[in-house]
Amino acid sequence: MGEPAVSVDHVSKHFRVYSDRNQSLKATVLSGRRAKYQSFQALKDVDFEVPQGTTFGLLGRNGSGKSTLLKCMARILNPNSGSITTRGRVAAMLEVGSGFHPELSGRENVYLNGSILGMSRQEIDRKFDQIVDFSGVEQFIDQPVKNYSSGMYVRLGFAVSIHVEPDVLLVDEVLAVGDMEFQDKCLDKFAQFRDEGRTVVVVSHGVEQMRSFCDQAAWLDHGTLQAIGEASDIVDRYSDVGHGAEEAAGGGKRYGTGEIRIDDIHLLDADGQPIESAPTGSAVALRLRYTANQRVERPVFGVSLATAGGKHLWSYDGLAAGAVPDSVDVGSGSLDIRIDRLALMPDLFDVNADVKDHHKTRTFDALERSLRFQVTSGSPRAAGGSMVLDASMTMPRAER
Amino acid sequence: MTTTQPSPRAAERDITFNLLKNLTLREIRAEYKRTALGRVWSLINPLAQIAVYSLVFGLILRVAVAPGENSGIEFFPAWIGVGVIVWGFISGSISAGMGSLMSNAGLLTKVYFPRWVLVVSTVLAKASTFATELLVLLVIMLVIGGPAVLLYAALLIPLLVLTCVFALGIALLLSVASVYFRDLQHLWTILAQVWMYASGVMFSVDIVRGAQEAIEAENGVSLPLVTLFQLNPAERFLSAYRDVLYDFTVPGIDVWLQLIAWSAISLIIGSLVFRKLARNIVEEI
Repeated sequence: MGEPAVSVDHVSKHFRVYSDRNQSLKATVLSGRRAKYQSFQALKDVDFEVPQGTTFGLLGRNGSGKSTLLKCMARILNPNSGSITTRGRVAAMLEVGSGFHPELSGRENVYLNGSILGMSRQEIDRKFDQIVDFSGVEQFIDQPVKNYSSGMYVRLGFAVSIHVEPDVLLVDEVLAVGDMEFQDKCLDKFAQFRDEGRTVVVVSHGVEQMRSFCDQAAWLDHGTLQAIGEASDIVDRYSDVGHGAEEAAGGGKRYGTGEIRIDDIHLLDADGQPIESAPTGSAVALRLRYTANQRVERPVFGVSLATAGGKHLWSYDGLAAGAVPDSVDVGSGSLDIRIDRLALMPDLFDVNADVKDHHKTRTFDALERSLRFQVTSGSPRAAGGSMVLDASMTMPRAER
Repeated sequence: MTTTQPSPRAAERDITFNLLKNLTLREIRAEYKRTALGRVWSLINPLAQIAVYSLVFGLILRVAVAPGENSGIEFFPAWIGVGVIVWGFISGSISAGMGSLMSNAGLLTKVYFPRWVLVVSTVLAKASTFATELLVLLVIMLVIGGPAVLLYAALLIPLLVLTCVFALGIALLLSVASVYFRDLQHLWTILAQVWMYASGVMFSVDIVRGAQEAIEAENGVSLPLVTLFQLNPAERFLSAYRDVLYDFTVPGIDVWLQLIAWSAISLIIGSLVFRKLARNIVEEI
């Protein structure tokens, strides 16, 4: 640990927002000065430190100043007051493939991009094979990058960036590149970074990603620092405020636009009696009761299961079940989600429920951790983990 | 005021040099990619220009130039060729350098690196083309003027360096200035026209002297046209190159001093302004 990797010392930054962006000499001469502008304060006296070796998240809404702060750390922007001190080599991944020239070959672009990101020639020579290997575009490395698919382009760019191996890596919303396999590779690489004691600063909207990915986080709103601390705490506080959440009865949290409200969820046994625990392998149902405050077309009800530790295990909804009603009318109602075999290991589990429009873009209501139940031991059995699959094992046989 | 600590200066210089090299190579490689003739275009362009100017000014307007002092060359296209190529580099590298920040806006807003690298690499890329053109000129002069030109050929190297420094200073100044005032791009094309005529690309100082004497004889007023003409740094550069390539002589010490002075002034002012204005260009770009 020791000294911080990045210290942000009372940093303020404002931009000029031109009312008529008239960048001409004529306008200047006529008005005797630069075009009129309004000052927009993007960062107000932000002051914190990023400890060395942590993966640090910057959270905030659009326009909260998090990307501006990242660009100040990357030296792309200069703060108007205050200063930012970084220890060691800093590389920013604000865009992948910066400076790629479409007419040049992949190979030439690796050297070009690498040198833009601050690698020396020997360093690129040394890492060239790794970079190409990581990107998976070996066959096309001597072709102009304009012939690449967008996926290949991004993968090659990302591969170069990630091989800069800086002491401090600044990342802006670029984790969502490539296919699943490539994303896994990237996460592995970030994990390796952390193991090597490098510092990663990430800006992201992906709240859940932040929770699992970052150790610490800072939350910015309208250019001011709201909170800093353990990532999961900050993410919780941020998503509460971000969603306008309120405490729901039973200790869970609720947010949404409110056309339909989910009143409660219960766990029922095979006879329809409410229970608080159920053995592994038993038949259960989740009963979800709702109240519609207005008629809603094609609402999609859904539930999800998570371990008490917060790991998401399963989601199920009206679309997956083929149970989307044409509409629900004003009034109350309920629905059951039947689970024939509760394939969970004995543990505590949380249930979230929500109801969305049929595009799943608008959340009418979401009730988080509104039901916690216990799974007790039953059959089948498993040796560990969260799930119980229908499995069997043969006796060992000697091979001849 | 962000600082990167204790990165050794040598390593940093290494990295910047590598970047400079790669950006220069990018400019050079990308310019003629996918054209059938490739780099030959960089020679065809000035040759076509020389042909047109020779026709108009040599054949039709009958601009007279003295034969080469030591070379004895009496070939107008050779004389105007030096001017066209040298002027082409000065104006071309300044205008490319001035646009280099704006054409790399995407890069500037996403990555930090010393910003001057973009301007320098653009000027260097143009200089590499210019160097090939000079070599071709040298060969032509060798053929029509004899091998004596080889005695002076080495002088082209310091001349080339000084020309680059001079053009770079102006390009640095204009590159940041044009981020703040986009009009400069257009203004520059007009200025470059005026400057080209003022630099005597198509006529020699003898013609200016003739005009000055004629005005004095007719009106009795003495206009210092020659002095004004020679205050133009581009004219000084052209005349130095003509000394070497056309006259096969060493440019006078006064010419060298003037070139050094102009280059130094240009680079000092250019880099001072650049350093002051480049800090916040990302917000303006």
